[in-house]
Amino acid sequence: MTGIEKPLTELKLGEEATIAAVQGGRGMQVRLRNMGLVEGRVVRKLSALAWGGPVVVMVKRTQIAIGRGMARRILVRQQHR
Amino acid sequence: MMTTETLKKTERGSRKHLASDILLVGQPNVGKSVLFSRLTGVRTIASNYPGTTVSYAMGKMRSGGANFTVVDAPGTYSLEPLDQAARVTVDLIDDAQRIINVVDSTHLERHLPLTLELIAQKKPLLIALNMSDEARHKGIGIDAEKLSAELEVPVVPIVARSGEGVRKLIDACLSLPLARQKMTNESGHPGHHPHIKHMPSDMRKSTSTEHIHLDRDRIWRRVGDLVQKVQTLEHHHHTFADRLEEISIHPLWGSVFALIVITFSFSLIRLIGEFLISGGIGIVGQPWVELPFGTELLFEKALQPQLTQLSRVLGPGSFLHRLLIGTLVDGQIDFTQSFGILTSGIFIPIGVVLPYLISFYFVLSLLEDSGYLPRLAVFLDSFMHRIGLHGYAIIPTLLGLGCNVPGIMATRILEGKRQRFITATLISIAVPCAALQAMIIGLVGSRGLGPVLLVYGTLFVVWLLISLVLRFTSKGFRPELLVEIPPYRLPTARALVVKMWMRISGFAREALPVIIGAILAVNVLYQLNVFTYLAGFAEPVITRLWGMPSESVVPLLVGILRKDVALGMFAPLALTGKQLVIGSVLLAMFFPCIATFVVLFRELGLKDGLKSMGIMILAVFVTGSALNLIL
Repeated sequence: MTGIEKPLTELKLGEEATIAAVQGGRGMQVRLRNMGLVEGRVVRKLSALAWGGPVVVMVKRTQIAIGRGMARRILVRQQHR
Repeated sequence: MMTTETLKKTERGSRKHLASDILLVGQPNVGKSVLFSRLTGVRTIASNYPGTTVSYAMGKMRSGGANFTVVDAPGTYSLEPLDQAARVTVDLIDDAQRIINVVDSTHLERHLPLTLELIAQKKPLLIALNMSDEARHKGIGIDAEKLSAELEVPVVPIVARSGEGVRKLIDACLSLPLARQKMTNESGHPGHHPHIKHMPSDMRKSTSTEHIHLDRDRIWRRVGDLVQKVQTLEHHHHTFADRLEEISIHPLWGSVFALIVITFSFSLIRLIGEFLISGGIGIVGQPWVELPFGTELLFEKALQPQLTQLSRVLGPGSFLHRLLIGTLVDGQIDFTQSFGILTSGIFIPIGVVLPYLISFYFVLSLLEDSGYLPRLAVFLDSFMHRIGLHGYAIIPTLLGLGCNVPGIMATRILEGKRQRFITATLISIAVPCAALQAMIIGLVGSRGLGPVLLVYGTLFVVWLLISLVLRFTSKGFRPELLVEIPPYRLPTARALVVKMWMRISGFAREALPVIIGAILAVNVLYQLNVFTYLAGFAEPVITRLWGMPSESVVPLLVGILRKDVALGMFAPLALTGKQLVIGSVLLAMFFPCIATFVVLFRELGLKDGLKSMGIMILAVFVTGSALNLIL
């Protein structure tokens, strides 16, 4: 489990990664956690909409759309073999 | 034996406390409203997107000769009172005898945290594992008995949409021991939440404020452990629905998909609406086929002869003739122009508006139940942010295209006062309801497609400009989008019919009397020459500024009651194409109808309501004058 941490926004479409950290205030942390976006969860990026639109990820068989600003504060780590 | 009893009226509200025998609690979009309808027979609007129930609903369930009050709480992710839905739910829990926690079987680990919070409330609790059919279909197995043993709470798998397992759920629920009498607050501190002290001490955690909440990390560890024990996953095969879900959210293909859905929806509304009115099948211009069908034909064949007879008996000059039949056009009854109670008074709501309401709500219900709307919100989010809104604001706005009242109520799903204010104000000013649109298509459409597009285009520009102005002038936080996208589901015929029936019978109950009353009042006032005086008074603005004949003050005022009849009143005025366009735009914007007005003030409060009215009046003056200059 090595690899550098990078924001969710920088993940490529279709790639999988593990959530390493969620930055931001308590309110945002709680909201993201309620959606199942917690450290250690594996996410797959499905979409990033043009014009600074939301990022869409698949977490445990659920699609979640996350505003770009929030997505920037979710750090993920890709597994390298 | 269990029977259900339908309450005539569903009580809705958000402030007052409400005692319930059975309270339904769960996260957004788990099907609480569907289960609620199953239990009580009370029809509620249920859709496939988070936040359909913005308040709570109450109904009665009859079982074994006794009545039980059932309350459907708004969907909430947690009991931490961070938002309105959670605060309402916490209050409702305090006054509940038994709680049914509705859980989505396909996403167990996301729903169990709330379940653990609910268990900590020490109220009689039961878990309904909803959508168990969908879980089976997706290869997710949940051992309900094991889950029940782990949590020490009964667990019943159900399918609320079909009713499977609901009987078992009711039996299990009614055999729960009752809650002890609510403990009196010994400390006597107001605002002290009695449920907090029941939490198990090992999960309590104090923060700097007086707040005590369950330790989140502990909850997540426990949930992970539970899921490991009770859930089995089979390998999931990619289905057609999965493929569609991924395509419709893809940056490129999703945009194409969105365009197709929107074009198809509008065409379908037009197609069904026109067919119901004239029997013609076509989308623009001359229909391709015309069948002997439709409301026009019905009125012509069934009512015209009788009313012509009545007209002869009453005599065209009499007051009663004016009231019932109205004025004759070329010696004939004209359903759009005569304006009597029995002619236009019935023809406008039933002959013109009802067909479009049916087609609009049919298409809207399809969009709602399929689960497409949150995807549309995601696609429009960046555009909406640029003009100061939030992607999810598209849902109240679309509802507003049916009727402004539910549209404005639905702004409650938006976060933040500012978002709600802007979205509600925009709906009340620049979003024409289906009734008004039906009349615009009928009346303005008779002058060609161009004028209709001009009316819609102007309203869209007004909508855009007001939101841009508000973006830069009003302060307040602009929340980012964070929303769960539900899976696509095939809309069921039953749900569609129930929802359409609720919305359309609401129109018949509330709009029909107002329309007939408005025509009655206008005819009496005409007779008393009140309008001649008013027209003289309003002439400087209406004629010089907006280029409309001074008599159009009457439709503009009637618009405060109902927009559809009001637009109909332009018909006898012999307006030019330009005047008809200006008149339609002004009518759409100039004061919301009375029902919308009341809801707007209730939702925004007096101060913001007045602010909204100020913006409206300014916008009407500017738009009317600008159109008069440009066109």
